[in-house]
Amino acid sequence: MGETFLLILLLIDATVRVATPLLLAAFAGMVAERSGVVDIGLEGKMLAGAFAAAAVAAVANSAWLGLGAAIVVSMSFALLHAYACVTHNGNQVVSGMAINILVAGLGPTLAVAWFGLNGITPALEGAGRFIGLNLPMSEWLAPIPLIGPVYAEVVSGHNILVYLTIAILPLVALLIYRTRFGLRLRAVGENPHAVDTAGISVAALRYRAMLLCGFLCGIAGAYLSTAHAAGFVRDMTAGKGYLALAAMIFGKWKPVPTVAACLLFAFADALQIRLQGVVLPGIGEIPVQVIQALPYALTVILLAGFVGRAVAPKASGIPYVKDK
Amino acid sequence: MSTTASEAAPAGTSTGRAAAMAVELVGVDKSFGPVHANRQVDMAIEAGTIHGIVGENGAGKSTLMKILYGFYQADSGEIRVKGAPVRIRDPRDAIAAGIGMVHQHFMLVDTFTVLENLILGAEDQFWVRRSLDQARDELIAIERDYGLEVPPDALVAELPVGLQQRVEILKILFRGAETIILDEPTAVLTPQETDELFKILRRLKAEGKTVVLITHKLQEIMAVTDAVTVMRDGAVVGRVDTAKTSREQLAEMMVGRKVLLRVEKTPAKPGAPVLSVEGLTVTDEAHQPKVLDLSLEVRAGEILGIAGVSGNGQTELIEALVGLRGFTDGEVKLKGQSILSGYQSSDPRELRHLGLGHVPEDRLRMGVVVGFDASETAILGYHDDPAYNGRLLSDRAKVVAHCEELMQAFDVRPADPLLRTGSFSGGNQQKLVLAREIQRDPALLLVGQPTRGVDIGAIEFIHRRLIEMRDAGKAILLVSAELEEILALADRIVVMHEGRIVGEMPTAEADRRKIGLLMAGITEDAA
Repeated sequence: MGETFLLILLLIDATVRVATPLLLAAFAGMVAERSGVVDIGLEGKMLAGAFAAAAVAAVANSAWLGLGAAIVVSMSFALLHAYACVTHNGNQVVSGMAINILVAGLGPTLAVAWFGLNGITPALEGAGRFIGLNLPMSEWLAPIPLIGPVYAEVVSGHNILVYLTIAILPLVALLIYRTRFGLRLRAVGENPHAVDTAGISVAALRYRAMLLCGFLCGIAGAYLSTAHAAGFVRDMTAGKGYLALAAMIFGKWKPVPTVAACLLFAFADALQIRLQGVVLPGIGEIPVQVIQALPYALTVILLAGFVGRAVAPKASGIPYVKDK
Repeated sequence: MSTTASEAAPAGTSTGRAAAMAVELVGVDKSFGPVHANRQVDMAIEAGTIHGIVGENGAGKSTLMKILYGFYQADSGEIRVKGAPVRIRDPRDAIAAGIGMVHQHFMLVDTFTVLENLILGAEDQFWVRRSLDQARDELIAIERDYGLEVPPDALVAELPVGLQQRVEILKILFRGAETIILDEPTAVLTPQETDELFKILRRLKAEGKTVVLITHKLQEIMAVTDAVTVMRDGAVVGRVDTAKTSREQLAEMMVGRKVLLRVEKTPAKPGAPVLSVEGLTVTDEAHQPKVLDLSLEVRAGEILGIAGVSGNGQTELIEALVGLRGFTDGEVKLKGQSILSGYQSSDPRELRHLGLGHVPEDRLRMGVVVGFDASETAILGYHDDPAYNGRLLSDRAKVVAHCEELMQAFDVRPADPLLRTGSFSGGNQQKLVLAREIQRDPALLLVGQPTRGVDIGAIEFIHRRLIEMRDAGKAILLVSAELEEILALADRIVVMHEGRIVGEMPTAEADRRKIGLLMAGITEDAA
């Protein structure tokens, strides 16, 4: 009993750790698509952020400077995407894909050039990493059954970026649904002509949405290389950007369902790690690759079968041209 | 009746309303590449009047108004508002100058409520809630002053078109506009909704606003305007007081020659039924019924017109009849032979071979391929005819010769089979499609919106060809959103509302009011 309970707590704990970058990226994608710009470059921006954070943190021995660098680099790529797609009406999928491919090669190349290491950055330690924080009161609560272990394992012990994410997400949702900027953002993704005729610049709105998208992806990237791991590794995003995009679609471009979808995917991922090496009666040990594929298989099945009528923002993916 | 104080104040400064000009355009010139859209246009619109602008498609009306609203910049010329020159670089400037515009395609966000649409771009608070609360009070005041009632919290997507248009007008009033431009506002309305709109326009005028009405429907000009400016080929050809002109005179000014507004035709001599439809039910992609238990018959030598507001199942009916869409129930017979039954949608190609011609309502989506040259468009759907094909390859020379023939017969201009289809004007594209279908000599022709986006001269031509076809003993099923067109062409009229036929009458006994009520779903036998 006690052991199962602890196992569940550890699973939830792992879910939170895995979900953090997914949530940030999914919200980044939501902001972009709500403004009418499809961004499959979430992956690339996260990876660029991860590299920038790890490189700067290694040199400066400061995780916070690394985070700043990640945000700046990720926002620069977001601006590049906006320049191609908003200013020049380029194809949004092509531009996003180009950024993904560029970053996938650029990171490891710069790692060789700057650090002489093959595709990785130096291992981070000390102030170069965001480490788990023990929240106050965990000692004091520890003896209490149920609450004690839940507090210690699930609530406490995460790094600062996890708590930062938990604070940011409601703010983003509030921004989209309750503010003037949010109203215009949602309008420009549905009918940019309406926004233009109301005397508001479509391009300026979309640029701002992309900047916010880059900001969120930057944090997600820094989390991966300076909090979750201790350095940059080639392809360390491992499709999380696409997974986030899938979670956002599964969540129908709405904050709360998107959070739920991210947690579901993250849970599948946490479960996958636990299941590795487990021997099933009658089948034997399942190959680790099959287990690792579980979250992605889940994505495909959910997107194919259970999304229902997901209605995307009407103008999403369509460059705004004044006259039709 | 008290006008809202904030709006009355700026208007009060310009005394002597009759002489004051709300908007003046002086020497406005605009070219798009080789196309000279506006040539030295001078126009003066008196404050507090309803001013009509008429002209054929492509006459430059919309371009001119888009310049006034800041969508385009004029190459040269000047805009004056209340006598003072203003620079209008974008819609924001236009709004600031007191100019508002109701566009042909509504500029509304479907997923927003009426109130949210109203404040979009005019919100001055960081929190939306505050702007909404302020707007709600103002909306009630505007609604009271102008008699424009709209539920403020309804989603725009769920409102009927007539109400959506009101939201557009409210948006403009909310921004305090003095001059309101409406671009073809009645294209999507029933006759009753049109009457309502005209009442609103008169009310706006009574409250001191200036209204500019762009249209190509002359009866509307006669019904509601005080003065008219006529445009042709990008230039103003004249300005007349509505009271001192006639439809015939306006039409002549628009086209530059005398035009027959009424198609001349002899009474129909209907023969055997060519198409009979029994109990047809068609559902859309979301399994919602779009056509419900519909029965009709079209005989040889007659034109059956389907009247109705767009979106009441006409599109789905035609698509089912030409085999583009399956249907759930009913039977369709072509020349007495059952061609379709049950779920399957039959092969459109086979139907063509059985003698069914189709002029699609959405020309650009289904009628032509804009990237093809005219000769290729002219054989679309008949490309497998051995007449244009060798053993393995198609015979380009024959395709081009065929197209030349069609172009000559239907007066398509320019008569160049190698020109890209998209480079022809709407009217000439339509003539090409009609030529393609009619030249095949089908027993039954299904025609959707034959003159949408087509200028008056070409309309006259197309109408004559359809009547000729009828006189040659062919059956024609005509769907049109233009009631005038149905009344002019059809021998018999059925009215569709929400997928059903709600009324049928010979054209000789039809009157606009009765059809209008039926189009709105009001049947008189209920009363």
